[in-house]
Amino acid sequence: MTGAEIIAVLETECGSKIKSKSPEAIDPFVVVEPGDLLAVCGVLRDFPRLQFDMLNCITGADYLELDPKKVAKAGFEPHMEVVYHFSSFDQKHRFVVKVMLPRWKDNQPGALPEVPSLTTLFPAADWLEREVFDLSGVNFIGHPDLRRLLLADDWVGHPLRKDYEFPLEYHGIRGR
Amino acid sequence: MGWVEGRFEENFFVTTIEQGIAWARESSMWPMTFGLACCAIEMMAVGGPRYDIDRFGAGAFRATPRQADLMVVAGTVNMKMASRVRRLYNQMGDPKFVIAMGACTCGGGPYYKYGYNVVKGVDLVVPVDVYVPGCPPRPEALLEGLMRIQDKVRGMRYLTKGKAIDLPIPARTGYVQLPPELDDADPVKALEKQIAWAKLTKEKATPTKA
Repeated sequence: MTGAEIIAVLETECGSKIKSKSPEAIDPFVVVEPGDLLAVCGVLRDFPRLQFDMLNCITGADYLELDPKKVAKAGFEPHMEVVYHFSSFDQKHRFVVKVMLPRWKDNQPGALPEVPSLTTLFPAADWLEREVFDLSGVNFIGHPDLRRLLLADDWVGHPLRKDYEFPLEYHGIRGR
Repeated sequence: MGWVEGRFEENFFVTTIEQGIAWARESSMWPMTFGLACCAIEMMAVGGPRYDIDRFGAGAFRATPRQADLMVVAGTVNMKMASRVRRLYNQMGDPKFVIAMGACTCGGGPYYKYGYNVVKGVDLVVPVDVYVPGCPPRPEALLEGLMRIQDKVRGMRYLTKGKAIDLPIPARTGYVQLPPELDDADPVKALEKQIAWAKLTKEKATPTKA
């Protein structure tokens, strides 16, 4: 199925939950609210003509322009995106779901934005979500074991955030 | 006694025993199997038949630090690995030697500025005897580093002069010695001063628009 057809199926199955769509993109995607993510992904996995049985990757993207001169031309408000890539072995098609989040929950720096975990639908999401939590700082609600995957357990901060500041020292080792 | 002939001076006293010990030691440096990143591939090439580290008696890569006396830190050391490197170093028996192989272990290399998780030089963690720069170094360069270690072993005089090589740990702190106006006891305040100073000099260096 093409991206437009997949989006058409999604709109009939859960029409009100699709916030925006872009079928003409190279990787066609829809944008959903964090609260509707589980429902939409359930349709993607279980609907007979879709059969998305594989979660390829989860990406955390931080949209923030630090240079005040470039803010006007940046073309986006500061926000986080979590991008899910799905594919189907049987139907041989791919699809992308995006979730837009604030950079910090309730605009309080340090409070991680929240998104429901996909581990109940796709067990492969376990480590993917741990990595996104580790590096980008997104809290996956309902994850069975949300620890850092790559960095040390006592690491402070999430390094792939645009405003991350390097540690001066880590256990007596100079950091920068 | 054909095997010692011509290798020692004629008067057999303590010094010549020492030379014998040093000679035996330098001819059987056992490195630890310890590859952290891409430099390890180069280290394997050194162990293979083309470059053949066995010619220098250092071909017996040991799988445990307790049997090894040479640690070739081959590859990027990150913050999570640093404590493990230090523990492995502590587990090695004396005398022990360290070769920092590659740009990353010498001083951070390509990760110096933007690598949030990379130790800026393994000498912040363990004392290093020989630095072998390169990204990665040629196998010949690692052999050269091994020969410098052997030179160091040959110069050791444990029995007559006591422990000759006593490096403070770590050998360098990694901090830059700063003039007093830029330094502070509190590292955060010192950094703020340095950043302010760097901004000032950058403004001075920027040409004014005509």
